[in-house]
Amino acid sequence: MTNDAQYNFAYLDEQTKRMIRRAILKGVAIPGYQVPFASREMPMPYGWGTGGVQVSAAVLTPDDTFKVIDQGADDTTNAVSIRRFFQKTAGVAVTERTSEASVIQTRHRIPEEPLREDQILVYQVPIPEPLRFLEPRESETRKMHSLQEYGLMHVKLYEDITRHGQIATSYAYPVRVEGRYVMDPSPIPKFDNPKLEMDAIQLFGAGREQRIYAIPPHTSVASLDFDDHPFDPAKADHPCVLCGTEESYLDEVITDDEGGRMFVCSDTDFCRSRQSHSEARR
Amino acid sequence: MYVAVKGGERAIDNAHAWLAEERRGDQSVTELSVAQIREQLSLAVNRVMAEGSLYDPDLAALAIKQSRGDLIEAIFLIRAYRTTLPRFGASQPVDTAAMRCDRRISATFKDVPGGQILGPTFDYTHRLLDFKLAAEGEVDATASAPASDDPVPHVTGFLNRDGLIQQETPDDAPPPDLTREPLEFPATRSLRQQALARGDEGFLLGMAYSTQRGYARNHAFVGELRIGAVSVEMEIPELGFAIEIGEITLTECETVNQFTGSKTEPPQFTRGYGLIFGQSERKALSVALVDRALRWAELGEDFEAAPAQDEEFVLSHADNVQATGFLEHIKLPHYVDFQSELELIRCIRAEAQSAQHQEAAE
Repeated sequence: MTNDAQYNFAYLDEQTKRMIRRAILKGVAIPGYQVPFASREMPMPYGWGTGGVQVSAAVLTPDDTFKVIDQGADDTTNAVSIRRFFQKTAGVAVTERTSEASVIQTRHRIPEEPLREDQILVYQVPIPEPLRFLEPRESETRKMHSLQEYGLMHVKLYEDITRHGQIATSYAYPVRVEGRYVMDPSPIPKFDNPKLEMDAIQLFGAGREQRIYAIPPHTSVASLDFDDHPFDPAKADHPCVLCGTEESYLDEVITDDEGGRMFVCSDTDFCRSRQSHSEARR
Repeated sequence: MYVAVKGGERAIDNAHAWLAEERRGDQSVTELSVAQIREQLSLAVNRVMAEGSLYDPDLAALAIKQSRGDLIEAIFLIRAYRTTLPRFGASQPVDTAAMRCDRRISATFKDVPGGQILGPTFDYTHRLLDFKLAAEGEVDATASAPASDDPVPHVTGFLNRDGLIQQETPDDAPPPDLTREPLEFPATRSLRQQALARGDEGFLLGMAYSTQRGYARNHAFVGELRIGAVSVEMEIPELGFAIEIGEITLTECETVNQFTGSKTEPPQFTRGYGLIFGQSERKALSVALVDRALRWAELGEDFEAAPAQDEEFVLSHADNVQATGFLEHIKLPHYVDFQSELELIRCIRAEAQSAQHQEAAE
């Protein structure tokens, strides 16, 4: 971009940021409730993180340190693209280290390292409505939320158990926030669901669907389940071949065309810091 | 050994450089100028202006050049630019009755005051490739006549005088702004019109066509289609009156639809309406048909569960910038989600297989 000076700090004009901040505040006041907001066209396509980008633009200040991950990694192409966008339009410091970042934008993962109260986690959300695939109409699903009519969701989970012996949802696993709203945690693996109760503030932005929602720090977030089928945050039963941890979420990497495969941490910063720790100890 | 998916930054830079080279094409061929696109690909320019919701032929032409002729990409470029522009205020409603028409036809009356004006249309051309154009495209000047000062009243006005067509009630409420407020349902007609005016031409064509083929059939006569220039006026607070700030070309279509009457309305004709930037006849017609189909509730008609009657369905899926973004986002990495699906399916298969073994053993 050669005409940087023509754009406001973090791209959006202040009026738009104020509108987004109001939506965020409302979202924080009503945890798990989807607040409609007048999403703008951003210079990257809808579905590529425009909701997260607008939320980040509204919360970033010049003193912030920004980190972007996609699939847990800082160097995936779209994470690079979004990080560069804010380097260019906001001139903020960027980092790949989870602990150094004050604002972290993520797609599909929650960092392994626990977040602190002075950090903000911004999620990119494709479909914010957890009931969407049970009921396609927005006018209906809004009614269902206001009446807490979540029976349909429980029936779906129950049908999964009768058919497969277990709940057949492995990512974007629905949660209930503070005992009230059923919420889509964005397509994070269900392995990440227990981390949704955290010290940092979590903001969710869905640009195309024009919705913002939030989980304030220390809010109760329960993954939906049944007494006799409790929630199980499963992951691949392997250690990471690079850092050896058995606690982190793993990517399966195909190494040849004869069935060879290996498992490595999806969170690249977590894996790298563990590797450098163990090297230092040696 | 595993090589991490590194080098995202360099890969992006190289991809962009390659894209720029491909956009330019063979350097021995003369480069296309923005002015050439604006003048010679004017219908593409019109579509980009209409669906980009920004009336600026030069910027639309630039977007077409930058997007290598991918019109949806060009529309996206215009939208992303438009959203950064400050908003000074709203113009007065344009007076399409005072349009200086290049083209104006009615399919419902053989002749109408103001006359039928064919204008620059493909309608009666034979679609034969003109191989002469491959060599040179110079044209002789067409015959011209002085513009007539006669008024060109709206055709539906004649029907309105006899009470044969449903009366539209004027509404002075400021129209909602789709680009400044989230789309919520049910939508008012003016909000629907905004969404349709920005909507994808191909999508709306398909929707309109479906009504002609029986999904919420409502036979439409083209009461009038007019294309021409209108003045845009805006009230300047310091002056206290409206002044002309420019001129834009619009396509306006009003359809006259059969209507047998309902519990609330007597038998009469009803209307569908489309108003689009530039010369965009197909789009204006499509919008008029879809607009009419969406009015079933207001007119007390039955909901036939046809796609074109379904406001949420039509408005949520008409925007090609939204649609293409979300569709194409599936190219982004999804390996975290895919991994969790992989674990799940392995687990379910293992359980199913062990159950089968057990049954066989028993």
